[in-house]
Formats: sequence, structure tokens, C-alpha cells
Amino acid sequence: MLSWLPENVSTYGTDIDSLFALIYYITGVTFLLVEGLLLLFLILYRRRQGRRAAYIAGDRVGELTWILVPCALVLVLDVWIDVRGTETWEKVKGHIPPAEVQVRVVGKQFNWDVFYPGPDGQWGTVDDRRLENELHVPVGQVVEVVLESQDVIHSFFLPHLRLKQDVVPGRKIPAWFVATKPGRYEIPCAELCGFGHSGMKGWLTVHTPEGYRDWVQQQLTALPPAQVSAALSTTPH
Amino acid sequence: MEQASTLNRHIATPLSTSVPTGKLGVWWFLASEVTVFGGLIACYILTRLGSTGWKEAAAHLSLVFPLLNTLVLLTSSMTMVMAHAAVEAKDSHRLRTFLMVTVLLGVGFLLLKAMEYSREMAQGFFPHTGLFWAFYYGMTGLHALHVLGGVIVNLILLLTVPTATETQQRRVEFAGLYWHFVDIVWIFLFPLLYLT
Amino acid sequence: MSDMVVAKVADVTPHVYEELGFWRKYVFSTDHKVIAKQYLALGLLWAIAGGLMAYMMRWQLAWPETPVLLFRWIPEPFMYDGYMGPEFYNALVTLHGTIMVFFVAMPVLLAAFGNFLIPLMVGARDMAFPRLNMLSVWVFALASLVLFVSFFVPGGAAAAGWTGYPPLSARAEYTGVEWGLNLWLIALALEFASFLMGGINFLTTVINLRAPGLSMFRLPLFVWMQIVAAVLFMLSVGPLIAGAVMLLMDRLLGTTFYLPAGGGDPLLWQHLFWFFGHPEVYVILLPGLGIVLEIIAVFSRKPIFAYRSIIYATIVAGILSFIVWAHHQFISGIDPRLAMPFSITTILISVPFAFVVFAMIATLWKGAIQFTTPMLFALGTLANFILGGVTGIFNGSAPLDIYIHDTYFVVAHFHYTLFSVTVLGGFAGLYYWFPKMFGRMLHDTLGKVHFWLTIIFFNSAFIPMHLVGVGGMMRRIANPLQYEFLQPLQPLNVWITVSVIMLLIAQIPFVVNCVWSLVAGVRAEQNPWRANTLEWSAPSPPPHGNFAAVPVVYRGPYEYSLPGSAQDWLPQDYEVLTQAAARS
Repeated sequence: MLSWLPENVSTYGTDIDSLFALIYYITGVTFLLVEGLLLLFLILYRRRQGRRAAYIAGDRVGELTWILVPCALVLVLDVWIDVRGTETWEKVKGHIPPAEVQVRVVGKQFNWDVFYPGPDGQWGTVDDRRLENELHVPVGQVVEVVLESQDVIHSFFLPHLRLKQDVVPGRKIPAWFVATKPGRYEIPCAELCGFGHSGMKGWLTVHTPEGYRDWVQQQLTALPPAQVSAALSTTPH
Repeated sequence: MEQASTLNRHIATPLSTSVPTGKLGVWWFLASEVTVFGGLIACYILTRLGSTGWKEAAAHLSLVFPLLNTLVLLTSSMTMVMAHAAVEAKDSHRLRTFLMVTVLLGVGFLLLKAMEYSREMAQGFFPHTGLFWAFYYGMTGLHALHVLGGVIVNLILLLTVPTATETQQRRVEFAGLYWHFVDIVWIFLFPLLYLT
Repeated sequence: MSDMVVAKVADVTPHVYEELGFWRKYVFSTDHKVIAKQYLALGLLWAIAGGLMAYMMRWQLAWPETPVLLFRWIPEPFMYDGYMGPEFYNALVTLHGTIMVFFVAMPVLLAAFGNFLIPLMVGARDMAFPRLNMLSVWVFALASLVLFVSFFVPGGAAAAGWTGYPPLSARAEYTGVEWGLNLWLIALALEFASFLMGGINFLTTVINLRAPGLSMFRLPLFVWMQIVAAVLFMLSVGPLIAGAVMLLMDRLLGTTFYLPAGGGDPLLWQHLFWFFGHPEVYVILLPGLGIVLEIIAVFSRKPIFAYRSIIYATIVAGILSFIVWAHHQFISGIDPRLAMPFSITTILISVPFAFVVFAMIATLWKGAIQFTTPMLFALGTLANFILGGVTGIFNGSAPLDIYIHDTYFVVAHFHYTLFSVTVLGGFAGLYYWFPKMFGRMLHDTLGKVHFWLTIIFFNSAFIPMHLVGVGGMMRRIANPLQYEFLQPLQPLNVWITVSVIMLLIAQIPFVVNCVWSLVAGVRAEQNPWRANTLEWSAPSPPPHGNFAAVPVVYRGPYEYSLPGSAQDWLPQDYEVLTQAAARS
């Protein structure tokens, strides 16, 4: 099943994929054991001439143990999964590491507006730039994306980076990633946002460090200045 | 060989609760209504705690209307109790009187509410004016609809079975439970909206 | 010969029921059995509609932008010579979910089975409030009408998902849907009112109308499941009703409860919706599990293993269901610190359900299993539910949910849990209780054909759906080919669609079976399955008033294969006389 995952090009993507694998194997084994037992009982205990069912009500402690022990096992496995999950969640969503590249992405019906602060690193200055559906980042650096919405709820989804974050009007929600491999990756919207939801997508281009510098110098600065309003949303969170 | 007695396990204790079936039904109904109003009130409180400017908005509410309304509703709860006492005492005349007064007081509440709404709208305060007003109209409106429902129920009781029969006794008791509930919701709404 | 003797007190109660005309007997009836059949009929009609919607969606997914086979007759503005626009697709997505949860699962599993069986199983002549019962089914019929009408208003039917998230749902200009969404909200409110009334009836009937000797711990598990479901529903639906009132105000009165421009918060709706939504999925799950438990006991000829503990586990699961709701919102913008607590409660809820599953399997152990059609469906429910439960672990883990939220992995998960328990469990119940409800037996071979086709095509459709979700395919998109990274998944999408088509066709034997058996099926005896619970002590079908005399109950519902007795079943209301007395 895990081979159907899209290629992972993210640092924490590895953690998420390995959590996926852990859960897959734990639940897979449990599933096969339980279904196997079910099938075995159906074969062994089908009605046969002269053989009667046993009157076992399962209300004595000795009998109940047969169920309580497997349940305790399920609990232990659950706890294991949750402990690993807590570590992974803390890493991905718990905090944003210091970012080397900062962008703002505004979702709207039906595209992603991507804003760069420009070389001066300040928002609201003349070197701010806006792109439509295009996000460019360098490989191996922390990219912080502050997500907003202009109208309804969208969801910023980078499948190859195992990143998804709902984009909610009235909130500025930060997300981050570190890409590990140059390439072009789709950014679909993952929350029903109207009749244009299907097909709403952007493109993430991960450059090599030199490629990114070239892109910033040649293409980003060549764009007209963007009017990045300080308050795209009325209630910052 | 089993003795018959081990296979027939008689139970001498009573099986249904001592609560009459109809009352049980009404209590379950009221429990679900509590979650409706409780949900709305919780949303109001949480939203208000996270917002500003609500105190100023609430200052535009009159105090006269809600005070009168509180008086009206509390009195109507009292008359409802007296209606129940009347039916227990098999006094059809007093039953009719007190049911009628309860109905009239309920209608009075609705009229006062209507007057209050018109006054507020004349001043330019509509549900869409702001979030406080949205909650105000939403909560009091939903409550008023429930008052209307209670008025209709009491009116039906008054018109269909005006005499103090045993059936009527149960019905008056159940309608009374609902009416008291509607009163209690108001007791919560009044301070939350008007006194904060 | 048996050493058990039936001892019943002869006592005929007079009734004027026979003199009622057609309208009072079959349309405006207060008889719980008639009301049950009304709910069943409405639910099955909606199931056909919901299934056809699934077909249309799956066609579009497999072969985007081609005309849907056999649907060219649908006029504009819905479809254009069989071609569907994205607005219509969104409406289908929305209504498929709404219909299946609220207009199929609830009326069939809760209302139809509950109404028919609860009074019979507790030994009562009818529900506690028969007229309220009639009102509830008519309010449901009204809700159905309102939902039906919502398709034909300008702007079309609701199209913001069955979850109806604002701001998309809060302003008509975001979806282009105006009255369709308002009517959707009103239909839901009416449906909630109908089921609140029903829940009051169920609870009061079970608490107060039980036959002499029928203590709470002698109730069939089906009844316990229904009352836990009723309590869950009644305590969880209130906040959503409040939320729906606010959404309707946003749409009709221009308020801004959910719109940040006016100080509101879109997430408020999500909390209100899912606070109800999660208990709701257990509401529709529990009756089906109850049906499976009844059937497994009867056709293993064994008591249910750990009867009381199953009740306790179910109550624990019910309580837990109120504190897991935000697992639908891990990445919705809630404070990230809330995610792990909800992840923990979510994963814990697997424990009581695992208990129930293990108890079902333990019931089979050392049984004498008869593979009748109801038993096949019950076992199929169990086998498929296990897979659904296991994929719940994936979804409940917050960091993994970052990736699989809003993908088809979630869709596969909830179809495995919901479809298996409501549809397969529902079929199990229909095959099992059809003789009691209609006085005829369903054709067994045709039933087995229906079972095998259904189980094969259901799994064929939904197992690959997990892979599609792992591949990252998002929910509610109309055309996967618009995305490069989804194109390798397209063969799976085609396979799924073909399987869904076969699954729908596989229901034809069931329809044929029902129609044919109703008219010309073998007449059913009173207790064709040799079962213990009280409904089998009434005629097939029971008359108005159910029992000639109110039964007296002497034991629990699962006294099968008692050691030393000649027959392997002992109904709850059979009084055992001594062997000496029996022989004389």
C-alpha cells in the first residue's frame, strides 16, 4: 500500500511516512490475525450432525480474560502509535523553525496567490512581488508559508512534501517545509471551495541554490511590484 | 435434570420506573432542548469572550422590556402551577381560569418582545448589524418561538379538555414542565444578554 | 420429545382496529409496525436515489467529461445531454452524503428496525406514545419532501458538502446555490425533530413498558444498542441545531456568525457540526451492530459471549464519542496543541469496539454455525467492519492525518465502517426479520446470490480506494486527470467505478426477491429461525396489539444449547414445567 505514496521530497515527510509504515504493519498484522481467527472459527464450528454448540456465556472472569487480554494488547499498540505520533506532530506542527525563505500564500476561488517580500525581506515595501499559482523555493532551506484566505476555506496541499494545512479566512496560519530534491510539484486545493475546486492547483518549483538565486534575480524582480496589503484578513490570529 | 425453578428465574421487583411514562417522555424532550439552548448559549459566551465592543452594543438594549418580560414569565409559571393545583383539586373552573391567564401572559410576553424588537430595529439595530445583535436576535428569537409553542399547547389544553379529568391532570403537568423550562431558559438569557 | 412446555395464560384483548379504514390503517397509522414499514419504504427509496448519485459521481471520476451512461434524459440545467458541470458534481457529492446518513441509515437502521422490534422485543403492545410516533414519521416525510424540492429550485441543490462548511455555505454567492441550501438546512432540522421524537419514544418504551420479568439485563442487545444510540443522538444534536439556526440566519438575515468580516469564525460551525457528527456516526453504527449480535447468537446456537460487558463497552464508547470530535479538524486551523489530546481519545475509542468485535468472534467459538442468508450478511458485516476499524487508526493519528485528511483514504475508511454496518447489517436484519414483518420467507438461494455479489463488489470497489487515497487523491474533485500526480491512479479509479456499477446491479436480486416474496413467497411460521427473543412469540406478522397476552419473561435472551435439554433454544417467555409434570 505504501508504494502508492507520491515521491517524498521533504525532511519531515520521512517521519510521516515511517509513522505510516508503523501503523500499517501493526494494523496489518492485527487485521490478518483477527480475520484469520474469524475464518478459522467459521470453518471449525460449522454445524455438524450430532455436535451441539457449547453453552459458554462469557460472564466468568476466566472466560472474559480471553477478550480482555487482546483488548489490553490493542491498548498497548494504540499507546505506542500515539507516542510516536506525538513526537512526529511536535516536529511538524509544534513549532516553526527559523525560516530562511518567507512567503505568504492567499487562497481564493480558485487559485493560489503567492507573495514574496523581495530581497529586503520586509512586507509592504516596493520590492514585494505576487505570483499566481507559482511558488519557487530553494532546496534544503526552511521555507515558511503564512497561509490566508480571501473568501472561503481552502486547503494548501503539497502531497510530495506531506504538508497539508487548511486555509481559513480571518486567520493567518503558518506552515513550513524543507524540500530535499529539486523538481516541480503540484499544489492542489484539498477543501471543497466551490465549483472551481476541482482543478484549483498551483505549482511548487524547487530550485538548486544557484537556480533559486538566478530565478529571484531574473524573474522575480522583473515582475511588477505587488500591493501586499497589511491586512488581507480582518482578524489576525 | 434441571429443576424448572432454575430455568424460570422470576423477578419480583417492579420493572418500569415509578416515573409515569408521559413524564419520562417530557424529561427526555427537555434534555434535548437543554442541549440546543446550551449549545447556543455556549457559543455566545465563547464568542463574546473573544470579541470586543459587545458591552457597548448591549448598552443599547432597553432594561424595561426584559424586566417586564421576566415578571410576566415568572407570573405565568406561577399561574401554570396553580392550574395544575386546580386540576388536582378537580376544580374545572379554576383550571380554565389559570390556563387562560397563563396563555394571556404568554401572549403578553410575545407582544412585549415584538415591541422591543421594533424599537431596536427603528434605531437601526438588525441581526446583521453586528455579531452581538446576531446572537441577541438569534437567542431571544429561538426562545420566543418556544414561548409561542408553549402558548399554543396551553391553548389547545384549554380548548379541547377544559374539565379537570385525570388525563387533563397529566397533560397540564407535562405542559407545565415545558413551560417552566421555557421560563428557566429566559432566566439564563436575561442576565447573559441584558445585564453584562 | 421436548421436556419444555409452553404455559401461557389465555387472555384475548378486544380491539376495534379491524374497523378502521384504509387511510387510518396504512397511511395515518399509529401502529409501530406500520410506521416502521413507512420509514423502511422512504429509506429504501432514498437509498436508490443515493446509490444512483454515487454511480453518476463515479462515472465522472472514471471517465471525466463524458456523458454519463443512461442519464442523458436528465434535463438542463442539471446536466447537458449527459454531461455534468462542476456545480452539479458538487451537489451530487453533498446530497449523496446527506441522503445516505440522514435519509437512509437513520430511517432504516434506527427508525424502521427500532420501531418494528422494540415494542415486540420488550413485550409491549406498541410504543409508549403511538401518536407521537405517527407524527415523527410524517415529519420525516415532510423533511424528505423538502429535500426533494431542493433539487428543483433555481441554483440547484446544496453543494457545500454534507458537512456544509462556511463561509462557502454561509453566502449564496460562494456556491451559486440559494434556496437549495436553505431548504437543505430546513430538511435537516425537520429530520432532527423527527428523530428526537422517535428517540423519546424508544427510550420511554424501553424504560417503562417492559413485560413482567424483563429486567434491563435480560433485554436483547439490539434493544440496548438502540437506546444507547437514542441517548447519543438526543444529547449531541442540540448544538448542531443551534449551529444550523445560526447558519440559516447568516444566509437569510445577513448575520456573520461564521464570517470573519463581521467578527465571526468559520471554525465555530466545524466544532458544532462535529460535536454532533462524531456521536452521530455511532448512532447509525450501533443498531447495525445490535442486529449482527442477534443474528450471530441465533445462528451459532450459542449465548452472546460477555453480554453485560458488551453493554458496558458500548456505553463507554458512547461516552468517549463526545470527546473525539476534533479529529475531523486536526489541520483545520485549531490550536495545534489540541491535536494530540484528540488523537489520544480517538485511538482509545478503538478499545471498546475491539471488545465488541472480539466478543462476537468468541460467540462463534464452539458454536454450531448455520450459514443462512442473514448469518452470511452478519458475518460479512463483521469481517468488513474489522477493516474499517483498523483504518480508523490511521485517520486518528494526527500527524498521519496531515497527509490523508480530505483524501480518498478517509472515504474508504468511512465506507468500510458505515456501509458494512448499515448496509450489510441492514440486509442481515431484513433477511432475518422479513418473515416476522411480512409473514413470508425471502427466497434463500436468491439471498445468497445477493450476498456474494454484494460482498465481492463492495470490497472490489473500496479496497482500491485506500490506494487512491494513499496516492493523494483529494475528496470532492470532479476530474482527477486535471492533476499530473493523480494520473497514475486513474486505472484504479476506473476499476472502482466498474465495481460500483456491478455493486448497484447486484442489488437487483434483492429487489426481485422482496417483490416476489411479498406476493408469492413461502408463508412464514411463527418462529422459523428457532430464536429466543420475544418478537418470535408473536405471529408472523403480528396483529395490531402484537401478543394475544402480554408475555411473562423468565430468562435472558440468549439461552441457546442449554446442557441437558432436548432442544437447543429456550424462548424468554416459555415457562419450564418440571419434567414430571410435562410427561403427565
